[in-house]
Amino acid sequence: MGKHILTTILLILITTTLANSQTEMADTMRSNGKIYVVVTVLATIFAGIFAYLVILDRKISKLEKEKTS
Amino acid sequence: MRSWWWKILCLVLVGYTVIGGFLMPVPRLDILNETIRNLYFHVPMWFTMIVLFAVAFYYSIKYLRTGNLQDDVYAVQFTNTGIFFSIIGLATGMEWAQYTWGAAWSNDPKELGTAMSMLIYFAYSILRSGLKDDEKKAKISAVYNVFAFAMMIPLIFILPRMVDSLHPGNGGNPAFKQYDLDKYMRFVFYAAVPGWILLGVWIASLKTRLALVKHSREMN
Repeated sequence: MGKHILTTILLILITTTLANSQTEMADTMRSNGKIYVVVTVLATIFAGIFAYLVILDRKISKLEKEKTS
Repeated sequence: MRSWWWKILCLVLVGYTVIGGFLMPVPRLDILNETIRNLYFHVPMWFTMIVLFAVAFYYSIKYLRTGNLQDDVYAVQFTNTGIFFSIIGLATGMEWAQYTWGAAWSNDPKELGTAMSMLIYFAYSILRSGLKDDEKKAKISAVYNVFAFAMMIPLIFILPRMVDSLHPGNGGNPAFKQYDLDKYMRFVFYAAVPGWILLGVWIASLKTRLALVKHSREMN
């Protein structure tokens, strides 16, 4: 009985230790600042997409005005 | 459709999603690792699709009541944009699944439900291209759109929740309820969803306006 309790406690301790060991995340990218490169690239892409949408929107507004004039 | 305020809001929200989505903290979870951030991109694609299809559903019914072909233009353009977002949603989901669930496709109930919905909506496009007369095209596709939307609801929302599923929010998995989503992730997610929806509506509105201009040119 005592043997079983000891084994159970040991198993619980081992699994919790293993579970808490660092889950791999992008910590390296954050510590050397490269994460900001990722953000900049994506922000540039979306800025480009928005600029394109604004240009399209203006073109269509012009077409609509020409229609009614 | 021409006002700018909601388009600027869209820019702010999506911009915040892109920046905060990578810089704000997320829970450290095994298997998911950093891909949990995909929540801010993959999931809003589907929310956007639903909103766009709902608008198309509304205009389909409106067309059936008024017979005004302008309503048909709204319906088809919003449906087409919704289909576009569903394709991106599916692609991003499969990319995510490949590296987290181990396979791009698992025959998960939600995956199957969305694939079936998408096929139903693809058939809408094929149906339209097969009809020549404008009014017949509008009428028949409007009826089909109503059925397509009505089918999407159980396929995507109801059936996956009734069975075991890999997807969060289905089959007993936690999802968006109050205690399920991490506090810091909420800060970005609650901005991402309306942001992407506004983007989808913006694109659909541009397509609609262009089609309406072309349509009125053809009439004159």
